[in-house]
Amino acid sequence: MAAVSREQVYEWLADVPDPEIPVLSILDLGIVRDVSVNGGVTVSLTPTYSGCPATEVIESSVLAALEKKGIESIAIKRVLSPPWTTDWISDAGREKLREYGIAPPARASRAIACPQCESLHTERISEFGSTACKAAWRCRDCLEPFEYFKCL
Amino acid sequence: MSRDEAVIAYVLRLADNALILAQRMIELVTAKPELEEELANANFALDFIGQARMLYSYAAELEGAGRSEDDFAFMRDGNEFRNLLLIEQPNGHFGDSIVRQYLFEAFYVHQLDALTRCKDQRIAEIAARAIKEVRYHLRHISHWLIRLGDGTDESHQRVQASLDELWRFTGEMFVSDEVDVAIRDNLAGPDLEAIAALWKRDVEDVIAEATLQLPEDQWMARGGKQGQHSEHFGFLIAEMQFLQRSYAGASW
Repeated sequence: MAAVSREQVYEWLADVPDPEIPVLSILDLGIVRDVSVNGGVTVSLTPTYSGCPATEVIESSVLAALEKKGIESIAIKRVLSPPWTTDWISDAGREKLREYGIAPPARASRAIACPQCESLHTERISEFGSTACKAAWRCRDCLEPFEYFKCL
Repeated sequence: MSRDEAVIAYVLRLADNALILAQRMIELVTAKPELEEELANANFALDFIGQARMLYSYAAELEGAGRSEDDFAFMRDGNEFRNLLLIEQPNGHFGDSIVRQYLFEAFYVHQLDALTRCKDQRIAEIAARAIKEVRYHLRHISHWLIRLGDGTDESHQRVQASLDELWRFTGEMFVSDEVDVAIRDNLAGPDLEAIAALWKRDVEDVIAEATLQLPEDQWMARGGKQGQHSEHFGFLIAEMQFLQRSYAGASW
């Protein structure tokens, strides 16, 4: 097998979706901390939340994606430091979240904009949502409920 | 006790606290009084399970005896667990669980904060991950304590009784033994006296806002950190370990 470059591996990883929010790739989410290509390929991943059930699914998706490209020696490394925060989500990732109907995590103390109509006239319904990383919100202008990716 | 043995013992205490509290919270899944609380409880329990897994994996690596995180959780007997007595107390009513959770997490947040600066890199990394979750829990749980205390006569009375009942389990958190001392001296770990002061300050603030009375100084139960548990604990682990004990190695 010809040697692969880091860039090539990053390109492949851009096609590996987050299992809970499939519009985001694991690169958009900011959990790929490093790729090294010495003989085999080593991908360093960091968990979002300690107990995030997606962690293991993501690891097996990365293995599967690289195996499909013919990589034989693949290692997944779990790194904890620096801990993931929502600031690791890329700008492209934030835009994809918004289009998907999930309000991206607030930066600084800005109000949460409705992902449907962009109104800032919104309210929190519940601090907890369908997954550990989301809260339930509602727009008071267009009245649509929406999910908000909590700032961590 | 060698330096390594102290680190393993300490990591297992942290892991046992996280796992056993998670197990108590799991008992409440589908039994919470409203949907938001249902999600909060399950999400928080999941955070603790995640923390326990990271800690057990680290203990297993340090020990180097081929045990896995599951072996620690499911194949040890009750007297090998080192969680605090407070953690294993039964769920009781909603106010009891809130008070138990608050009293522990108000301690845990300061313990983790100190651990983020300790000299063991792995423990520091796990603590840095966990503290973000625990701060979120604390915000939620203290709101509940305030709402119940400063709520109706009935809720006030009942949550005051919960506080009075559970108070005797709080002393154990701050009693140093040789493991705590080794971690403090060798790894620049938490100083339990300093944490006791921070905990007391935070707890007094929240209890005052909740219009509750701080329980008086009293006899404090201890023993969890040495593996001497209360009667409730046997029932808890019997349920938790049943499957792996009966069908060892069973997997999904």
